Amino acid sequence: MSAGHHHQLYRAGDTPVHRLPPQCKLVAVAAFAVAVVATPRERFWAFGVYALLLAAVAVAARVPAGFILRRMVIEVPFVLFAVAIPIIGTGERAEVLGMSLSVPGMWAAWNILAKASLGVVASILLAATTEPRMMLLGAERLRLPRLLVQIAAFMLRYMDVILDQMRRMRIARESRAFVARDIRQAPVLARSAGALFIRSYERGERVHLAMLSRGYAGEMPAIRDLSASGRDWGMAVILPCLAAATAVLAWSIA
Amino acid sequence: MTGPRMTGADSPPSLTVSRLAYAYPDGTQALFGVDLTIRRGERVALLGPNGAGKTTLVMHLNGILTAGHGTVEVAGLPVRKDTLLEIRRRVGLVFQDPDDQLFMPTVRDDVAFGPANLGLRGDELDRRVCDALTRVGMLDAIDRPPHHLSFGQRRRVAVATVLAMEPEILVLDEPSSNLDPASRRELADILKSLDVTVLMVTHDLPYALELCERSLILSGGVIAADGATHSLLADAGLLAAHRLELPYGFAVPALQE
Repeated sequence: MSAGHHHQLYRAGDTPVHRLPPQCKLVAVAAFAVAVVATPRERFWAFGVYALLLAAVAVAARVPAGFILRRMVIEVPFVLFAVAIPIIGTGERAEVLGMSLSVPGMWAAWNILAKASLGVVASILLAATTEPRMMLLGAERLRLPRLLVQIAAFMLRYMDVILDQMRRMRIARESRAFVARDIRQAPVLARSAGALFIRSYERGERVHLAMLSRGYAGEMPAIRDLSASGRDWGMAVILPCLAAATAVLAWSIA
Repeated sequence: MTGPRMTGADSPPSLTVSRLAYAYPDGTQALFGVDLTIRRGERVALLGPNGAGKTTLVMHLNGILTAGHGTVEVAGLPVRKDTLLEIRRRVGLVFQDPDDQLFMPTVRDDVAFGPANLGLRGDELDRRVCDALTRVGMLDAIDRPPHHLSFGQRRRVAVATVLAMEPEILVLDEPSSNLDPASRRELADILKSLDVTVLMVTHDLPYALELCERSLILSGGVIAADGATHSLLADAGLLAAHRLELPYGFAVPALQE
């Protein structure tokens, strides 16, 4: 969907990164992630190189650092988990800032943190430069099962409708002096969730009827031609190629 | 492509329903033998109280429900399993809730969905999309997501999605529901400007009077009355017998002829 207020992940723009066909960007991000994950955790410099590569993409796409940092909040649960590992980990222990921490645990935490952060930043850049709708078209070009792509497309279209319904149900509850204070109110919320599920299910049936009425026969028609030129692919593979070279180097340098 | 707007004295009626009966799988009988004929170019209102079987009848017109007994023909073509795609091209169904009808990410994609299913591509597809949106006055919104439009705009786009398929007959389910008076009048102007057969399912009697010369009353699963909208609405006894009522303060205007 275009740069509406609903999809804050996407930043409208017209940079070379924005213009790349979505399927190229999807492949590039996936290949980049594989290269990062395949790198041995002891090679700190390699992760530095990856971070620099992503920074270069961010500059090319004119995505400000603050935007990326704010979106990285999604990573917090993993960070908490990573922080816990050295504390609860077993094996050889070392004193750090007056705390006894597990050495293998620290390596594991670093491994998770570094690789997850690089993956998250790469995905944020992908989302910031690709409209959700285009992302789905790209996924379809990459021969992802059409049914899955269609399900995702409907989720995208109806998320706002369902959220709006949820909001109206909440207002209706609260208008009748309902306050969710503790566990005793849970049955009411559970029934609301059930009602929402049934309404969404019924809407699904009506949407299906509307689709049948317009000649739907199991396949979404490909309305737009989204072919990528050799040049597009050439541009898109720069990032994963450099990352792969770094990973190979990290393995070969002892 | 067979143009729906070609007119000829010998062309078959847009819609012929004969002795149509239907019972839901749970045994509830909804239709008890419906007979009706709509000639090409007519605008007809299908009136009836809630639960009269209006929606069930509409679902038969493009083969979503198949007749338990009786037949439905659209421009001479019977509704059967093997004719479904052509039937769905010929019958443009506009649903009551535009959010059910507009399921694609942008207005352009949504209007293109029907004609693309019919195999249109490229310039011809673009022309159909722009043409349909122009006819409902929504060309400006072509690249917007449907959920950013107002309710009245969404309903107009919903009409465009079926106009793009160049249907033989346009079937509207409660077209005036939930519209504010201005949107209601705008939609009426659009419907009047269209050169296509219209069947309008509604219990908004003034709207039926404004748009349709002829009305049918569906009540208890049969066509209980068929005639000029003006004379049906003037018959208070008939309306009362079928749970239909004119809004408070409304009087059927005298015929200007």
